Amino acid sequence: MGEVKLMKGNEALAEAAIRAGVDAYFGYPITPQSEVIEYLSREATKRTGMVVLQAESEIGAINMIYGAAGCGKKAMTTSSSPGISLMQEGLSYIASAELPCLLANINRGGPGLGTIQPAQGDYFQATKGGGHGDYRLLVLAPYNVQEMADFVKLGFDLAFKYRNPVMILADGALGQMMEKVELPPQLPRENKEYPWATTGKPKNGERRIITSLHIQPEKMEEINLRLQRKYKQMEEEEVRYQTKNLEDAEYVFTAFGLVSRIALKAMDLGRQKGYKIGWIRPITLYPFPKKVFAEIAPKVKGILDIEMNAGQMVEDVMLSVQGKTRVEFYGRMGGVVPTPEEILENFEKMFIKGE
Amino acid sequence: MASEILDVAIEDIVKPENLVYRRPSTLVDTEMHYCPGCGHSTVHKIFMEVVEEMGIQNEIIGVAPVGCSVFAYQYMDIDMQQAPHGRACAVATGIKRMLPDKFVFTYQGDGDLAAIGGNETLHAANRGENFLVIFINNAIYGMTSGQMAPTTIEGMVTTTSPYGRDVKTMGYPLKFGELIAPLPGVAYVTRQSVHTVQNVRRAKKALQRALEYQKQGLGFCLVEIVTNCPSNWKMTPIESNKYVQNVLIPFYPLGDIKVPEVKK
Repeated sequence: MGEVKLMKGNEALAEAAIRAGVDAYFGYPITPQSEVIEYLSREATKRTGMVVLQAESEIGAINMIYGAAGCGKKAMTTSSSPGISLMQEGLSYIASAELPCLLANINRGGPGLGTIQPAQGDYFQATKGGGHGDYRLLVLAPYNVQEMADFVKLGFDLAFKYRNPVMILADGALGQMMEKVELPPQLPRENKEYPWATTGKPKNGERRIITSLHIQPEKMEEINLRLQRKYKQMEEEEVRYQTKNLEDAEYVFTAFGLVSRIALKAMDLGRQKGYKIGWIRPITLYPFPKKVFAEIAPKVKGILDIEMNAGQMVEDVMLSVQGKTRVEFYGRMGGVVPTPEEILENFEKMFIKGE
Repeated sequence: MASEILDVAIEDIVKPENLVYRRPSTLVDTEMHYCPGCGHSTVHKIFMEVVEEMGIQNEIIGVAPVGCSVFAYQYMDIDMQQAPHGRACAVATGIKRMLPDKFVFTYQGDGDLAAIGGNETLHAANRGENFLVIFINNAIYGMTSGQMAPTTIEGMVTTTSPYGRDVKTMGYPLKFGELIAPLPGVAYVTRQSVHTVQNVRRAKKALQRALEYQKQGLGFCLVEIVTNCPSNWKMTPIESNKYVQNVLIPFYPLGDIKVPEVKK
């Protein structure tokens, strides 16, 4: 067993970045995730030589990532909702230029400046593109501090496998709360050469060009088709989810991230009252675990999707079940976290009392 | 075969020792998309000559902007990245921080550098990022065909200042070199042009000097080139060079704005 510590989610993520041998962090402070840049500023450079730079803005930070990722380096950033909005232009370019990088959105309540309390209102932005054009991020949704740490290395592995930006979509509570975390071993920083990386034209080779500009429509369509093939491959190979009690389930609670833990508790409370409730937690939000929903849909009376937003993932659930079962939504917004009791009460209102 | 004028065989002339002019090996052998008479191609060429002469073709990474020179990477035979509009200095920061021993430069127009990218340029300069910024100032937006730039001078007609730039409502032309020169992170700021042979030589010297300063780790270097845009100024190349000389240079005077202090 590795080293076990009691840490905040943000700190666990930062520590995991050092241990994953990340080459660079470029970021800009924003609540509720400033602990990441603070922790790295304190720890990273002296331990691994990792570059940690406080950029002039989130726009600056994401473009520093572009430059560093273009050199084949492991570069990452973290931010929270308004800051992630500022990064959307850069992410579109990074996705189009097919560069690997990792970012974490410690989602807070919006829209606008909103609140610094936890929310999940950035699901659409994270999973449907966010910036301009047809592209996707691979999105991982941790539900505890352990996964805040574990998804750093996983995120980079996936980013380099697909040469695509990967986002960890968490929320303010996951960033701020302290839990026991088993830390991964310290990996060395790799000094790997990639044929696509701009590190100076090879003496006996062609120059490398990193660009997202292809003026000829046929060429740009070709790039788009290549991206779409890549996303298809992600849908085939990278879907991750967790389930409980689906075997005898008449109803399913589904939620991601922090809310999936509350939904799990609500499921237990419901089972104590005799309701046969199962539980599905999507771990990859893109690619979305469509199949598990499609398979369970004809076997259950209904699915209750619970989120800290106005109903975003529920659209993917509905697309997955294709009308084969009833799908209802319960959500809180603006930084309010639902309780297990209120979830169960609303489940009863929607599914039981009407019967 | 004999030349009628010189009365000497061509074969006797075309010899390596007689070569006085050629395309540098660092410039791709292809047609450029730049308009006839445009200064971009001249700056591309002299900068690639510097790269060739310094023997750093395998040691340099460039960042292309958005604007007419977005395609710089099609002509410069070196590793390059193409940055989002205005973000070249942030992209270059990422590259240089990862590869501090390599030469890094951005090549940006006035809109990219001083308008949409003003913040990125200013903060890269203030951090003293150790790279070169080549700043092409033709006082107009070329690629989008002739709109007002932050460097458009007072009274100058563009498609978005059709009655001439009215500084009362449109703001004043921005002298970005003078703006950043006082910052301690900035090592070298110079303003050059390529509208005469003499100026081309001076500009080339400035570019070479900036790369030498980068090698010494002195900090941020900005080489501004005041140049022309015959197509959008709606002038012939010769008229546009006269406009550079008679109108732009009096407002944007040529010469060094800041040079590094010599360490004793």
